[in-house]
Amino acid sequence: MQEIEGGPSVLYIDKHLIHEVTSPQAFAGIDARGMKVFRPQNTVATPDHNVPTIDQHVTIHDELSRFQVNKLTQNCENHGIELYGLNHPYQGIVHVIGPELGITQPGMTIVCGDSHTSTHGAFGSVAFGIGTSEVEMVLTTQCILQPKPKKMRINVEGELGRGVTAKDIILYIISQISTSGGTGYFIEYAGSAIRSLSMEGRMTICNMSIESGARGGLIAPDATTYAYIRGREFAPTGEDFEKAVQQWESLKSDEDAVFDKELTFAASDIQPMITYGTNPGMGTNISGNIPAESDIESTGLKSFKKSLSYMGFEPGVPLEGMPVDFVFVGSCTNGRIEDLRAFSDFVKGKKKADNITAWIVPGSKQVEKQAKEEGLDKILEAAGFELRQPGCSACLAMNDDKIPEGKLAVSTSNRNFEGRQGPGARTMLASPLTAAAVAVTGKVTDPSGLIQ
Amino acid sequence: MSIENVDTDQIIPARFLKATTREGFGDNLFRDWRYDKAGNPKEDFVLNQDKYSGSILVAGKNFGSGSSREHAAWAISDYGFRVVVSSFFADIFKNNSLNNGLLPVQVSEAFLQTIFDMVEADPGTEIEVNLEQQQISIAGTDHAETFEINPYKKECMLNGYTDIDFLISIKDKIVAFEQSRT
Repeated sequence: MQEIEGGPSVLYIDKHLIHEVTSPQAFAGIDARGMKVFRPQNTVATPDHNVPTIDQHVTIHDELSRFQVNKLTQNCENHGIELYGLNHPYQGIVHVIGPELGITQPGMTIVCGDSHTSTHGAFGSVAFGIGTSEVEMVLTTQCILQPKPKKMRINVEGELGRGVTAKDIILYIISQISTSGGTGYFIEYAGSAIRSLSMEGRMTICNMSIESGARGGLIAPDATTYAYIRGREFAPTGEDFEKAVQQWESLKSDEDAVFDKELTFAASDIQPMITYGTNPGMGTNISGNIPAESDIESTGLKSFKKSLSYMGFEPGVPLEGMPVDFVFVGSCTNGRIEDLRAFSDFVKGKKKADNITAWIVPGSKQVEKQAKEEGLDKILEAAGFELRQPGCSACLAMNDDKIPEGKLAVSTSNRNFEGRQGPGARTMLASPLTAAAVAVTGKVTDPSGLIQ
Repeated sequence: MSIENVDTDQIIPARFLKATTREGFGDNLFRDWRYDKAGNPKEDFVLNQDKYSGSILVAGKNFGSGSSREHAAWAISDYGFRVVVSSFFADIFKNNSLNNGLLPVQVSEAFLQTIFDMVEADPGTEIEVNLEQQQISIAGTDHAETFEINPYKKECMLNGYTDIDFLISIKDKIVAFEQSRT
């Protein structure tokens, strides 16, 4: 919207998504100025980080969580913002509900006080996470100051192997470029393997862009994108939709676009992945081994040892066969209907391993509803699993879904930092398909050998 | 703090994000590294060691990765730090710091290692940071480096201006922009 001499640009925000954790202090700020939210009609709110995933109809037990969720309700009321509150049919994880309601559209600028806002880039929107002070800026002026990022394009070419999913692709990419490889960039994902993904698969990829340090990740919109958006609650209709599609078609990068950095990976090199360390870049193929100390660059050895020490793993050992305690399926990375289908299809007719405690958490009320309509809840129940209610849940364990100290969880979420899923909890990140295989065998398992 | 890839979950664990005000986060800075389960300070963690002091935090590369929680910058500030020095910062954290008067100073890997080596040898070593001149130096030595900072952000830091004041001042332009789009 405006360039500041020697400074960041002023960016107008088309859609501002808010949730209960990063907004209270921002609202306190705007209230202290005696001002009202500038464009409430461009603001969408939902509680997701703190909410319980069972008994949502009963009041939230934790006092601080309850207070924070109520604060969001109050703030939305005071400022006339649409709130999809707990028990509302549209409530869910903010990055799941935006796309499923047709709110997220190509070409929009979308921000939210949450780093996984990059998810919406799957639609070809400029979407990124912001801090609470920036939330206050957007509430007050619908604008933000943002320096122009550098551009990176990552191509993934070829056909994916059996059992290899979008989650494996992004875990592979981060293992190759590291958790700081994308810092300062927005990444565009391209290539035939990316094109072959459904919108939910594309969302998984863009979601974890931030784990490589890139604030935003985008995929150019195409027929798959338009088909997904068509007919959704807040999507344009009729002639307006056709006009919108024409506009969206023009958003692609030019044929001869030059990027500050460009990388290409072969889909055939990607196998089902799992992380073994304490950052999302410390991952490898499940059929392989944890790197040996001799595989690590000397400058990274200290960190590597600290990580393995926390995880209680030895360098150089095979990953398959490690006993696991918990399985978590959910989060803004992999909590959508296709993820639940993948999990259910695998466990159908089988039984949960006795040593596993599993939390299967749908990403939103609509996902929950659809899962029930498709009978997935019955399939899960028959196999010894329970479909819970929507929320961020064990991804960051702000609610009661905490992995106990010392326990090992295979999780379809996005971060395996020390204590992320609970103080002392140990996390291995993987796809829903891998999580299903682990839930049934009770140990780290490569799913590719076990499916048709 | 010679640890690399310090993520914001370590700086301020999620369970402390339930607060609805900006105060008190310093108490929980690096909570699970500072204190054991029973709440006792862990002897081997740098913040619990008297030989170190001051308002400059020096950390290994890729500081502040992970979650966008601005609470991380609040915790570091509230604890008493005014500057964080590292050879590499994650984007969102760097921005959050600048928006809160916490200065991120990026130095070369070699200079960072020099700081670590000298402080290890003598915990009384003094580091000086001069924002106006964009200089960081080790007192009593020739070791010094200039650091980069966006001129606009530098101006804001030196004068206590916030982005939000600037944005409010151009509200008319924002409305005009909205109208030009319809």
